[in-house]
Amino acid sequence: MQINLNGKPCQVEGVKTVQDLLERLELKGKLAVEINQEIVPRSHFQTHPVKPNDKIEIVHAIGGG
Amino acid sequence: MQLAAARGIITQRMNTKKTEQLTIAGRTFNSRLLVGTGKYRNLEETRAAIEASGAEIVTVAIRRTNIGQNQNEPNLLDVISPEKFTILPNTAGCYDAESAIRTCQLARELLDGQRLVKLEVLGDEKTLYPDITETLKAAETLISDGFDVMVYTTDDPVIAKRLESLGCIAVMPLAAPIGSGLGIRNPYNIRTIIENASVPILVDAGVGTASDAAIAMELGCDGVLMNTAIAEAKDPVLMASAMKKAIEAGREAFLAGRMPRRAYASASSPLDGRFF
Repeated sequence: MQINLNGKPCQVEGVKTVQDLLERLELKGKLAVEINQEIVPRSHFQTHPVKPNDKIEIVHAIGGG
Repeated sequence: MQLAAARGIITQRMNTKKTEQLTIAGRTFNSRLLVGTGKYRNLEETRAAIEASGAEIVTVAIRRTNIGQNQNEPNLLDVISPEKFTILPNTAGCYDAESAIRTCQLARELLDGQRLVKLEVLGDEKTLYPDITETLKAAETLISDGFDVMVYTTDDPVIAKRLESLGCIAVMPLAAPIGSGLGIRNPYNIRTIIENASVPILVDAGVGTASDAAIAMELGCDGVLMNTAIAEAKDPVLMASAMKKAIEAGREAFLAGRMPRRAYASASSPLDGRFF
């Protein structure tokens, strides 16, 4: 299915939940996820579905002032 | 008797030391220097500079993760551990209330429910001056959503007071534009803001070197937040150490109360007892 990931179109297969997506992307460490402008709490990663055309933002902390 | 007096002085000093802590959102801090983590050459330099600064509150930005890049590279929060430092997520780069609010919500999730944020809503790329209308709007929403908002603003005393009235837990007027290093452009406004305030006032942005930080503290600021002045110094670690001392010196000078300014000289040695 096609999703929009961090502002870019992205093709992912076999991804049902946010947890699946993070594993597929090999993302680790502290991050936060927003789907269609709604925060997905970390405790919901394993259950929150990823659907076609979802707009997903995955963010982390970087250097800033 | 002398010993008792000396003890009294020591106790007094210790009490002063205790009340000398900075309180932000119910947490107390020994350092009045807050530092950013941007513009450093690498994470090791970031870590070393922050350690030298003695800062306990450290700002970070919230940005998209780099999908597909090496995920084994160290993360900023591995170097600046949330267990050791109070992480202050900012809304830098936001030009409207909506994106600033989204950023704060993501930051709260990222930092396990932490409510403390630095709100900045910018209005102009050239000056990076805050957009006050959007800042007020975002502050109101964030406060009603339970955030502890430290807010970046202009050095306008009326707006500073209004942000305090809305419930911002600290107000942070700029000294000069972000990253400009021009120092305190309007000390009279900063002083007026401090006089009016019943929340901590911190100068945020515009400091260029140690004397600028000292001046901010001598005016009576509760603290100073800086990034570029340290990160863009030729030797950031040494500048971080200089800033630590400047903040402490400026604070002590403020508490000590400076001598009055005079137009003419006033001899330091007594005139009486001269033999010439």
